[in-house]
Amino acid sequence: MNVTRGFAGRPRVQNDRLPPGQYDAGDDWPVLSAEVTPELAPAEWTFAIDGLVAEPRTWTWDEAHALPSSAYEGDIHCVTSWSKFGVRFGGVSLDAFLDLVRPAPEATHAVAYSHTGYTTNLPLADLTGGRAWIVWEYGDGPLPAEHGGPARLLVPHLYFWKSAKWIAGLRILDHDEPGFWEQNGYHHRGNPWEEQRYSGD
Amino acid sequence: MTETSASWTTSTSSTPAVPSATSAPTTGRTPATGFTPPTRFAVPGRIAVDNHTAATWQRATLTEIRRETPRAATFRFAVPDWAGHLPGQHLMLRLRAADGYVAQRHYSIASPPDDAGHIELTLDQVDGGEVSGWFHTVARPGDEVEVRGPLSGFFAWPGDRPALLIGAGSGVVPLMSMVRHHRARGLSVPLRLLVSARSPEELIYASEYGAETTPVFTRSAPEDVPVGRVSAAHVARLLADRPDGGWEAYVCGSNGFAEHASRLLVDAGQPVDRIRIERFG
Repeated sequence: MNVTRGFAGRPRVQNDRLPPGQYDAGDDWPVLSAEVTPELAPAEWTFAIDGLVAEPRTWTWDEAHALPSSAYEGDIHCVTSWSKFGVRFGGVSLDAFLDLVRPAPEATHAVAYSHTGYTTNLPLADLTGGRAWIVWEYGDGPLPAEHGGPARLLVPHLYFWKSAKWIAGLRILDHDEPGFWEQNGYHHRGNPWEEQRYSGD
Repeated sequence: MTETSASWTTSTSSTPAVPSATSAPTTGRTPATGFTPPTRFAVPGRIAVDNHTAATWQRATLTEIRRETPRAATFRFAVPDWAGHLPGQHLMLRLRAADGYVAQRHYSIASPPDDAGHIELTLDQVDGGEVSGWFHTVARPGDEVEVRGPLSGFFAWPGDRPALLIGAGSGVVPLMSMVRHHRARGLSVPLRLLVSARSPEELIYASEYGAETTPVFTRSAPEDVPVGRVSAAHVARLLADRPDGGWEAYVCGSNGFAEHASRLLVDAGQPVDRIRIERFG
């Protein structure tokens, strides 16, 4: 593209942690949910995994908390161009849940769905190997409702629309099935380092 | 597939929302879905986006700048290859510096779909805003930028169903595209706009509103108009005037405003799956 007349932009910062096309949001943490924030108490929250698994299962709040705790400390990246550095989320590694339900050998993908009905699709490979969590803590406190509390999915190596708020479950599949934003033109995988924002990127 | 989504498909296909002379980027088609979660939000009415259109950057030439308020102005662009959009959709815009540095932002489209080959954006001047700052202090007619879109069908309104629009500040921008579309097409489907601004001076598009609009002022108001934020009473009055099939509610503004307004709607009995929200970010 041509140079935009008179446009200088922000001072350049050399930051290897910033994916292409992103800026550092600093202390801000924008909320971009398209639906009404649900009033969901921990006692009402459940998390289920079904589909192509040996033993489908549903966990209550207390049952999920009984699994070994695990935390993510690092960066998150939103498709609307902001990134947020050095955040901490606490919860349980998704591997701990998946080990108990045992996905079938032919399983390749999952649809994550929320208590609101929001959906997003992910390759199973992005949800395993210590790269995805169910989290209920942000910093030192409980995860705020507008950010997905009482609990959300966390897949920090992908754009943040993949980290479904108010997570209700995973349906394990042998094929890819587009979720809410993916049906609205967004990329199926959403890798920020390859700038996979929209379908066709 | 629910009855509601079937009726959406029928009504949009009988009243095309985008001029048929252009190649429509969007359709009223509800994509076939496999897995459906037990609870669903606003699933009826998803609109498939033409992904090729969304992926292609196009040159946009600034043709006019119109001041709306002390802090907001409308920027009109000629985009010859613009394939059209639905009211409520947004686009991505980028600027490039001499060293190759690129800044890109999402902006809602203010103009209605029938404004062929042109689009309008209304931008607030944000303190320290990298892109909005350029628009408000440097840009002049003849300048070129790049846009891609339209993007996202979720907040779109093809004009086929009663719409209750609630916005604050520049959150009124995508809602104005709906009001203008409603007017330009002479649509008979009910449409109401509740718009919140700090003061009459800061009310964007103030001269364009008609009987469909109720302005609410949070800091200072004309004489005889109360000062206050959007309240349960405002929402109750609008919901009491219930059209056949009920309202589709569209809420746009800051996250604080969106939380407040959507909670008022839910408390007043508006179904949660008929509320579509777009928050600044």
